[in-house]
Amino acid sequence: MSEHTNNIGYEKKLLPKKHLIASLLLLALGAIGIVLSFYFDKTRALFNSIVYFMIFVGIGVCSLFIAALEYLVGAVWSVVFRRIAEILSFVFLLGLIFAVPVLLNLHDVYHWTHIEDVMKDEILKNKMPYLNEPFFIIRTIIYYAVWIIFLVLLVGNSFKQDKFGDHKLSKYNAVISAIFMPFFALSITFSAIDWTMSLEPHWFSTIYGIYYFAGSFVAALALLTFMAVTLNEAGYLPKGIDENHYYNLGALLFGFINFWAYIAFSQFLLIWYANIPEETFWYMMRWNGDWKYASLAMPLINFLVPYAALVSQPSKSNPKRLKFITLWIIFSRVFDIWWLTMPTYSKETLPIGWVEISFALFSFSAIATSFILVANRVNLIPVNDPKIEASINFKL
Amino acid sequence: MNKDQKKLYAIAALFDEPDKIIKAAREISNRGYKNFDVNSPYPLHGMNKAMGLKPSPLGYFALAFGLTGTLLAFTLIYYTMVLDYPMIIGGKPFFAFPAFVPVMFEVTVLLASIGTVASLIVYFMKFPNLSHPIHDTDYIRAVSVDKYGAYIKADDPLFNEENVENFFKSLGASKIEKIFWNEEVVNYRYNLFDKKFIAIAILTVMLVSLTTYFVLNKLLYMEPFDWMSKQEKLTVQNGDNFFKDKFAVRIPPEGTVARSSFFQPFKNKLSDAEKFLVNPLPFNSSNLALGKKKYDIFCSPCHGYRAEGDSRLRGQFPNPPSLHTENARNYSDGRFYYIISEGQNIMPGYAYKLNEEERWAIVLYIRALQRSFNAKESDVK
Repeated sequence: MSEHTNNIGYEKKLLPKKHLIASLLLLALGAIGIVLSFYFDKTRALFNSIVYFMIFVGIGVCSLFIAALEYLVGAVWSVVFRRIAEILSFVFLLGLIFAVPVLLNLHDVYHWTHIEDVMKDEILKNKMPYLNEPFFIIRTIIYYAVWIIFLVLLVGNSFKQDKFGDHKLSKYNAVISAIFMPFFALSITFSAIDWTMSLEPHWFSTIYGIYYFAGSFVAALALLTFMAVTLNEAGYLPKGIDENHYYNLGALLFGFINFWAYIAFSQFLLIWYANIPEETFWYMMRWNGDWKYASLAMPLINFLVPYAALVSQPSKSNPKRLKFITLWIIFSRVFDIWWLTMPTYSKETLPIGWVEISFALFSFSAIATSFILVANRVNLIPVNDPKIEASINFKL
Repeated sequence: MNKDQKKLYAIAALFDEPDKIIKAAREISNRGYKNFDVNSPYPLHGMNKAMGLKPSPLGYFALAFGLTGTLLAFTLIYYTMVLDYPMIIGGKPFFAFPAFVPVMFEVTVLLASIGTVASLIVYFMKFPNLSHPIHDTDYIRAVSVDKYGAYIKADDPLFNEENVENFFKSLGASKIEKIFWNEEVVNYRYNLFDKKFIAIAILTVMLVSLTTYFVLNKLLYMEPFDWMSKQEKLTVQNGDNFFKDKFAVRIPPEGTVARSSFFQPFKNKLSDAEKFLVNPLPFNSSNLALGKKKYDIFCSPCHGYRAEGDSRLRGQFPNPPSLHTENARNYSDGRFYYIISEGQNIMPGYAYKLNEEERWAIVLYIRALQRSFNAKESDVK
């Protein structure tokens, strides 16, 4: 094992302590803001909780998906980045912080919990077998159970391989990844439907699950790229990771930004064309008052800017460009989920204020803290993976 | 033509291993040679960097063509749908941008891909010039099979025959070859409008289209779904084994007339129809109801629901006549029946849309309408 480590020239370095302290301070600051927001405006805080729950789940579960995908297809170039994805996949556990207050206060957020209204409403009455509080809570627990099982299996095996160097574990993980795929597809689809689509229980869109997946995958990939480029520039990754590796990350990001835009536009176009009131009202809510400006900014922020930034070949492997655009994309993902969730809370005006800022502060410093805490316990690359050398020497 | 008439084009060297050629490319470019090229049977990783090549400008062509496509599609749709022939479709505004997007996207992709390939051929490959000096040399034969080659052109400012040969030797070349060329022959650009070329092009187009037509329409033609068109029933114009004489459509027995063809003898004979045709339907409520139903569907659009000729079409059309005039009231049943079947002036015949019974029922209904407009006092009792 030590030979392997020497071969690839990786030395374990702890991430700087000052970053941990800084992120813990920001975390505390954000936490104060969140507690105050729950005290002053509980409903708004709950809606924000849903936004960041979706961000945590999206980034975490899609990072796990990236790691699983690599095992499944036997990719070589991405092996050096797999550990970063694995560390990021712990992020979905942070979602529990926000899941608990929402689950305890479902009545304040979800219209379908108001039984007396539901009984008067034929459509909601027929949706009762699915949309009811006990089943909702059970479903959330099931999603988490599935994700945790696969996190323990996949990432656990990967960590084990680091210590003992058993190459068989890679094969096991490929099988586990194959089993994970359908579970992943169903859980991510249904969690999107449960947590955000059911905010407007009358509305339905069959493409909603894939919309959330596309956006979350872009977010996870952007965070992975940002971490990979930053860690590599700071010298935490072995030598030999260069433009060839960045290019693949950039190209994948570019591809999935297009995928997200394709899905988002498909959803909009079909509803716009059919023009059925029971579907269009969801978009009309996002065209109401100030929301109009947010909706008009959606294609610009989420698609046109990252598209233009990544369209040329050299820009996909330019570390400076990548770092900027990945941060932009992560912001755009928050904007997207916020746009999906908030119109139910505030019909006319855009809810941006200290509540939103403290939630963002808390959430991203929580991601940073969890990354540092997990990363300090493991190697930043899977040192004993059979493909690690080929991956470091990867050339386009 | 002998070799003396040709000029030296380049000195080429063959290498046996991919590592050597990458090293050689790096060395050549480090020495400051500009006009050189490398050939290999397959793409080599890292060659662009070793040769010191700048990124290909082909991407800009793709961008330019793509944006042209976007703009072209937008202009076309905007002109047709908003300016020239605005139509309301699905209650959308004339300038329905979301509906434009898929078309704009498609045309962008189409023009970008075709334009990129075309600019590759015309701009980079210098079409219609089809030659290159290294064609038909031992060098190109070797590098298209299993060798890796590099050549330095004679027009390079640093070119010196002896130096280049020694340089290649020092790099470990397994074979060195001089490539000569006849500038006029190689740089010849074919005339695209040559008669022979055009004739062959037209012939090819015709041959390909005829073959395609024949293969797709005759050779491979298969009915995609036949469960509607092929049924167990007798059809017109097809023989059938059910009857002895194999006629699917039966000939009526001698001296009889099919119920649906009573009218046949009166075609184009208005006076006969007027004289001899008699309404076979009794004047009862069910026949009147049928007549009203059919009248409202087929007659009322012009003549109006009450046969006053006051439908919505009045004023937009030659005015349809009222059926309550003295003249019309004196028409015989046969004459009405004839007009309904054969039409009159601008009114078309309805024989194909209404069967005999329905036509007679309409006649009954018209009579009822006429009566109601000219009721006698005794009717009120």
